[in-house]
Amino acid sequence: MSSADIYREIILDYYRNPRNYGKIQDPDISQRDSNPLCGDELEMHINIKDDKVADVKFTGKGCAISQASASMLTELIMGKDFEYVKKLTKDDILDNLGLHDLGPARIKCALLSLKVLKSGLYSYIVDKLKDTTSADQIKEQASGLY
Amino acid sequence: MQTSFINIENIRNDFPILKRKVHKDKPLVYLDNAATTQKPIQVIDAISNYYLTYNSNIHRAVHELAEEATLAYEATRDKVAKFINAKNREEIIFVRGTTEAINLVAYAWGRQNVNKDDIIVTTEYEHHSNIVPWQLLAKEKGAKLEYIGVDDDGDLILDHLDKYLQTGKVKIVTFSQMSNVLGTITNSEEIVNRCKKYGVRVLIDGAQSVPHLKVDLQKLDCDFFAFSAHKMLGPTGVGILWARKELLQEMVPFNGGGDMIREVHKYETTWNDLPYKFEAGTPNIADVIGFAAAIDYLDRIGMDKVREHEMELTKYALDKLSQMKGIILYGPKDITKRGGVISFNLGDIHPHDLATIIDEDGIAIRSGHHCAQVLMERLDVSATSRASFYIYNTKEEIDVFVKSLNRAKELFRI
Repeated sequence: MSSADIYREIILDYYRNPRNYGKIQDPDISQRDSNPLCGDELEMHINIKDDKVADVKFTGKGCAISQASASMLTELIMGKDFEYVKKLTKDDILDNLGLHDLGPARIKCALLSLKVLKSGLYSYIVDKLKDTTSADQIKEQASGLY
Repeated sequence: MQTSFINIENIRNDFPILKRKVHKDKPLVYLDNAATTQKPIQVIDAISNYYLTYNSNIHRAVHELAEEATLAYEATRDKVAKFINAKNREEIIFVRGTTEAINLVAYAWGRQNVNKDDIIVTTEYEHHSNIVPWQLLAKEKGAKLEYIGVDDDGDLILDHLDKYLQTGKVKIVTFSQMSNVLGTITNSEEIVNRCKKYGVRVLIDGAQSVPHLKVDLQKLDCDFFAFSAHKMLGPTGVGILWARKELLQEMVPFNGGGDMIREVHKYETTWNDLPYKFEAGTPNIADVIGFAAAIDYLDRIGMDKVREHEMELTKYALDKLSQMKGIILYGPKDITKRGGVISFNLGDIHPHDLATIIDEDGIAIRSGHHCAQVLMERLDVSATSRASFYIYNTKEEIDVFVKSLNRAKELFRI
């Protein structure tokens, strides 16, 4: 897809004015990852209450795609059921961003946020919920992201 | 189409890849030469000629093909020695690249000579390949790794070097002759002089300098020198380690195997002579032979001409870029102190976004940390964009590049 299609007003807006940017004190989920190829960094904090995402924040450094993707993902999952968040797919993220047909180098930027989210969920499910079946499913989803 | 120094049209005709289009109909503007350069037809032909007409293993077989291959392989060694003005051909070791050369020294020399509480000195503008091998060695031995800082002009702060040398604990100082991010040309002779007073060994990473400057090892007077073929028109997978003969003789082998031995018995082995002691296994024969054609090509142009051409392009580009609003340029302002590498940031456009946008106009630049995260930290940025030039680049290409940067600014509404 062309740059004009990628760098639409909405992507630039989320890049420059990221929603839910910041940290949560003692979050239920705290997950950080980076893209070793380009150095993009992302850290996501989530609080879960009554099987819902009670709060979510992120911090990070990186390109417009990775940072807008993270910010838009936080909006997507805020207040949602835990089950919904667990089932989010790569296509959900790309639909949400309105970015399809990104090349192999840039799709990693768009999906870093989902990778961080899935890894965070995995640790939460294993350590706090002790639910190994769901954890294995999530792990498989996350490993297919890059 | 030309600077006053070389006939670019003739040169460009030797590079088949420069005729291709990218993104359907955009002429390729290749400005990622600090990562790897394109290859002239002479290099491609030399490699294919080897496979087509005299492919064979070298050194031991007695048939005609082996003899031809051995002669061609060893002829490259002589050319390399002459190109960098090394005294002895047996001081030229073929390795896979600069990275392997530095690892070889860190492993084979470092393990014998660096001990607990010793100091290894490197610089803040090194490529990861001149940091990580020394970190590994320092951790293994309980030694310390210290850094010569970089000032705001992109020069090394040599007072830092003096401070470390005065401790009497420094075993080796290792630095690149040209920064792959800032383009800074290191005052190498000065560093070597200071180190000599303390009997400290010096390794110079010439990956960015040998392709672009006349390098004279007799003048440099260092102990180890490393560079790669693929950044100077040659193929990937070939690098050179040069080291003083007496050091190579004392060092233990890096890899054990065929070709590096004199006699092998069940429990003991004696080593082959230099340089073969450090060239275990079947080497990258085809690409070493191809490298000779690259050296011939640069010799024909003349390294002085290469340098003058790049200085003219760099000056032209810097003049244009420095007029752009919102641009931050890194590295020395004095054109005589830098190579043809320009790192920059443009407004709040992240380098990856910028590289994606201008790629659409056929322009290949590098974006990211350039394997120099220590320097990124020093510059307080997560990434930069980098354009780097070589003999086939033109002022017209720089115009296309600048025009494309302006398009990126428009897309980002800045």
